[in-house]
Amino acid sequence: MTAPDLLIVENLVKRYDGILASDELSLTIRTGELHAIIGPNGAGKTTLIKQLTGEISSDGGSMSFDNRNLRRLTEAGRSRIGLARSFQITSLFQDFTALENVMLAVQAHKGHSFRFWKKAAENDALTHPALDILLQMGLETSKDRRVSSLSHGEQRQLEIAVALATRPRLLLLDEPMAGMSTEDSTELMATLRDLKNHYTILLIEHDMDVVFSLADRITVLVYGRAIATGTPEEIRNNADVRQAYLGEEG
Amino acid sequence: MKLTTRGIINTILFVFLGSLPFLTDWMGDSFYTGLTSRILILAIAATSLNLLIGYGGMVSFGHAAYIGIGAYVVGIGAFHAFEDGIDWMLNGYVQLIAALLASALIALIIGAISLRTHGVYFIMITMAFSQMLYFTAVGIETYGADDGLTIYARSDMLGLIDLNDEKSLYYLIFFSLVFVLYFMHRLIGSEFGAVIRGSRSNEARMRAIGFSPYKYRLVAFVIAGTIAGYAGFLMANLSDFVSPSILHWTRSGDLIIMIVLGGIGNLFGPLYGAIAFVMLEELLSSIPLTIGGLSVGEYWQLIFGPLLIFVVLYARNGIDSFLPGARKNHDGA
Repeated sequence: MTAPDLLIVENLVKRYDGILASDELSLTIRTGELHAIIGPNGAGKTTLIKQLTGEISSDGGSMSFDNRNLRRLTEAGRSRIGLARSFQITSLFQDFTALENVMLAVQAHKGHSFRFWKKAAENDALTHPALDILLQMGLETSKDRRVSSLSHGEQRQLEIAVALATRPRLLLLDEPMAGMSTEDSTELMATLRDLKNHYTILLIEHDMDVVFSLADRITVLVYGRAIATGTPEEIRNNADVRQAYLGEEG
Repeated sequence: MKLTTRGIINTILFVFLGSLPFLTDWMGDSFYTGLTSRILILAIAATSLNLLIGYGGMVSFGHAAYIGIGAYVVGIGAFHAFEDGIDWMLNGYVQLIAALLASALIALIIGAISLRTHGVYFIMITMAFSQMLYFTAVGIETYGADDGLTIYARSDMLGLIDLNDEKSLYYLIFFSLVFVLYFMHRLIGSEFGAVIRGSRSNEARMRAIGFSPYKYRLVAFVIAGTIAGYAGFLMANLSDFVSPSILHWTRSGDLIIMIVLGGIGNLFGPLYGAIAFVMLEELLSSIPLTIGGLSVGEYWQLIFGPLLIFVVLYARNGIDSFLPGARKNHDGA
């Protein structure tokens, strides 16, 4: 039994000054799965995410999300139909509190924001969902602290919280563990395990333990091409992958 | 308002400003009422610009244009009422609505184009637009060109308030400022304000979570322009005169200096900045010292310049840094 495809990427191309960052890349994400993308540095993992979200334009190929052509939508438009990303390098609203960060993302998905008088901080329709998400991410005690005063680990969690607040149908996580301490990553791993039950996730991660224990399927990217897709078991035993990537790690 | 030391200082300032006309009566010198009126009008304009620069990160270098538009509406109205006997053009409400609409419309046009650019380009293009308006004003002979227009009659508010009475005019200005500050306070804390501040803080993330900042910025630009247009309406009535110099780019620069002096992104910063700016201008330009045949007062900017550099280098939040309970500097983001 196979779940329907949520995202279908076909022959995606991105060129940077003659270098192919995405080279006829094809990929499908099934509803409900956690799909990990692995590959050596410079394989084009983050480029893929940027192309999916529309932060950068694509030079060829097609992307269809729930039967909608993504390439016709703006970055904000893609967010509104349910694509959310977390950033490899923390990208938050530095002078906002944790709660305000999440509230702003909730607000983005509640229609227009041309409300000039009523205090946003007193709007339950914003604060309640935001508090729920902070609770889910274990950040409720830090809700009134500014981002700049949060620890790196907390910032990484908030990074995901902001993405979750947009109520995504596909969550694109770009190295959520980047720069985390061992304890923090253990904690975040438990969080990811929980998120996996509620969201379809595309995960980019360097930590192979995390990838192989969480992923339902894995796609291996090398020089902008998907050289293999399969279950962790299949990837572990794939000769091309071993040679191109896993082999390097011994 | 929580009664912090800062709150007390602000309260004292407002009580002082609110009772100023009576204090000057008592001192028998109404000069200070006029001077303070000018400060408060500049504070209104600087507060509106602070929405763009301080909260929105949009460094508009042409904000004096809207003051000019508001002031010219009053000047032109008075001119035609006087020269051509068109009485309704002296009607203060007609003038006010025309001033607000004209400044809003011009802000909409300038904003719609300028906001497609960023950074230095935005600064230059807003300045270019305001200079276009400046040279337009210089070119219109009917309305005095370079020499400007003397306003022989202030806006006729039909008996509701007499703008010819300095005290009434002062209180109109004072309460306008209070209202503008309260409006700004609400605006900054609203959902709209969150979008404006968020777009300054991290535009990439704003897009990623589903916002298109452009239209929100444009509305903020129009709001700020309209308030500045209102300041121009007041300014024309205060000075009984309007000339192209009111919308010269250096006037826009003055507004930015006020914001920097007072503390960028602070609700009361522009007010403190406007007070400091005008007081320093008055004080420094009246220094009776003469060195080698040069009057120091005449070249007051020679002292003002280094002072400003000092503020920028050592007090990144301007006067606000010296008030108790100053927030830590996090403007760099």
